[in-house]
Amino acid sequence: MTNPYVLPAIGAVTLATLAIGAYGLRLARTTSDFLVASRVISPTWNAAAIGGEYLSAASFLGVAGLILRNGVDMLWYPVGFAAGYLALLLFVAAPLRRSGAFTLPDFCELRLGSRRLRKLATGFVVFIGFLYLVPQLQGAGLTLSTLTGAPEWVGSALVGGVVTANVAFGGMRAITFVQAFQYWLKLTALALPAILLLMHWRSVGHPGVVAPLEWLLPSEGGHRGLFSTYSLMLATFLGTMGLPHVLVRFYTNPDGAAARRTTLVVLGLVGTFYLFPTLYGVLGRIWTPELIEGRSDAVVLLLPGRALGDGPLGQLLGALVAAGAFAAFLSTASGLLTAVAGVLATDVLRRDSVRGFRIAAVLGGGVPLALALHVTGLNTSQVVGLAFAVAASSFCPLLILGTWWRGLTDLGAAAGILAGGGAAAGSVLVTVFGPPLTGAAGELIAEPAAWTVPLAFAVMVTVSLATSRRVPMDVGQIMFRLHAPDALRS
Amino acid sequence: MPPPEPPERTRIVLSEIPRDDSAAPAGGPGVEDVLIRGLVRAQLALALRLAAVVLAGLGSLPLLFSLAPKFGEVEIAGFRLPWVLLGVLAYPFLIGVGVAFVRLADRNEHDFTALQRRELPAQREKA
Repeated sequence: MTNPYVLPAIGAVTLATLAIGAYGLRLARTTSDFLVASRVISPTWNAAAIGGEYLSAASFLGVAGLILRNGVDMLWYPVGFAAGYLALLLFVAAPLRRSGAFTLPDFCELRLGSRRLRKLATGFVVFIGFLYLVPQLQGAGLTLSTLTGAPEWVGSALVGGVVTANVAFGGMRAITFVQAFQYWLKLTALALPAILLLMHWRSVGHPGVVAPLEWLLPSEGGHRGLFSTYSLMLATFLGTMGLPHVLVRFYTNPDGAAARRTTLVVLGLVGTFYLFPTLYGVLGRIWTPELIEGRSDAVVLLLPGRALGDGPLGQLLGALVAAGAFAAFLSTASGLLTAVAGVLATDVLRRDSVRGFRIAAVLGGGVPLALALHVTGLNTSQVVGLAFAVAASSFCPLLILGTWWRGLTDLGAAAGILAGGGAAAGSVLVTVFGPPLTGAAGELIAEPAAWTVPLAFAVMVTVSLATSRRVPMDVGQIMFRLHAPDALRS
Repeated sequence: MPPPEPPERTRIVLSEIPRDDSAAPAGGPGVEDVLIRGLVRAQLALALRLAAVVLAGLGSLPLLFSLAPKFGEVEIAGFRLPWVLLGVLAYPFLIGVGVAFVRLADRNEHDFTALQRRELPAQREKA
């Protein structure tokens, strides 16, 4: 059974992405336009763009698949993905914008005046960026092969190529338009079929969901204990603020108060979106039970056709979710690549020009594509969850302590990032490449945030206190810059 | 014994703060430092209070479900309570906390700015 509308739908999304990118390209003239969209983007556009960038393959496909397979405990994933924006709003949104930092390495240098810390931060930005890019590209391969039978590399190469070209030639201005468009497309592509599926479910006499109790009820320390749940909460609540593609967006707000408002709108947009994957996970129990033990990530793609039949309606809705899935891969990958290319251009290639940015974009897109084509067997949501854990254990303590605590030193920050972020990154490498682990050790490695985040905070504070002579001389002026209301600034 | 003299008040005028960071006196806290401490403390206290609300509202749920399994079996309109709480109600709750924060944080900054502005004309007269 192949759906004749799928390829045209995916083609249309890809072309629209390129076309909007080209429209943005006409507007982007100088390096400053190119990199930060000249800070003239309105909060509504900006919020939709942040939402569009954030809702990745993990949100669009992975969450529904996890709920289908594992039930109510998995609802913590979308709740955490949304709550991350609240933590960002409470602790860093306005000060971060006022700091004038464009990237995480910028924030390190600006706050603590250390080039070496800047380099360390650059390394973590690239690591997190790649970790997050690979599953996007593989999700694209999986989607195309599920729907059309094409080999998996085709989808990965298509998305990798389009995104690299778009970022290299359009820069941030183009990306903002593209991302805002992608948010609304993703919401429509998930919500419209969900509403029709719900109506269909009622019209066939709302059949009950057949599921074991451990699916229906929260775990009581079963296969997924309290430790894992709290670890996941910590990673997602605190990881969002440390994701490289999220921070870059804050610079396009005109001032600190606007950054707060934008973040609030994002929370609303993202929260609205997450109402829908649950429906797919639950209804999938009725119409796609064979996916429970199989490729559960495909439930969003296959459910409309399975429930509504092979008529034009089922096929059109199937094509719509496929288009939404591609929007998810394209937008998240574009945002990540913009962020990674930004730090590569300034910190590794040391070329602050449009040409440097383009070279960096090609490098930054090529490496994850090569990884996506050669490393297989990764689970989309699991890898994205690990990227959150690394961000929560490295950049979150740096941002929170850097924003609110005068006593932070460059050595303290570096030690904390190395201890917490290093431990989390090590856990990721063991999970991805190592042998499968069981028992307590397996749980500690699979969901590391519960111990790596406190570790990072503790090391950062202890080492800073021990090296308090290194507190920057200008810490008072920096605090003023981060916290003074916009009306009192020049 | 006469009451001790109240400490002399120092007025700080933001427009006099050097805009260029490098021009500011090095070593020791600057004037702006003293000024901003109160605001920073107020904003941090606000953020921590609202984080505690989220911790109490959402963070307590896994423990509650685990300690009182009966709680998870309650049904609302045919749906189990954990599904209703985590699948739907968590989002309006998070947004509500966010709205409260944006209002209160804006108000803290507004009050702080107004305080500075009120003191500015008095300072000019003196000069």
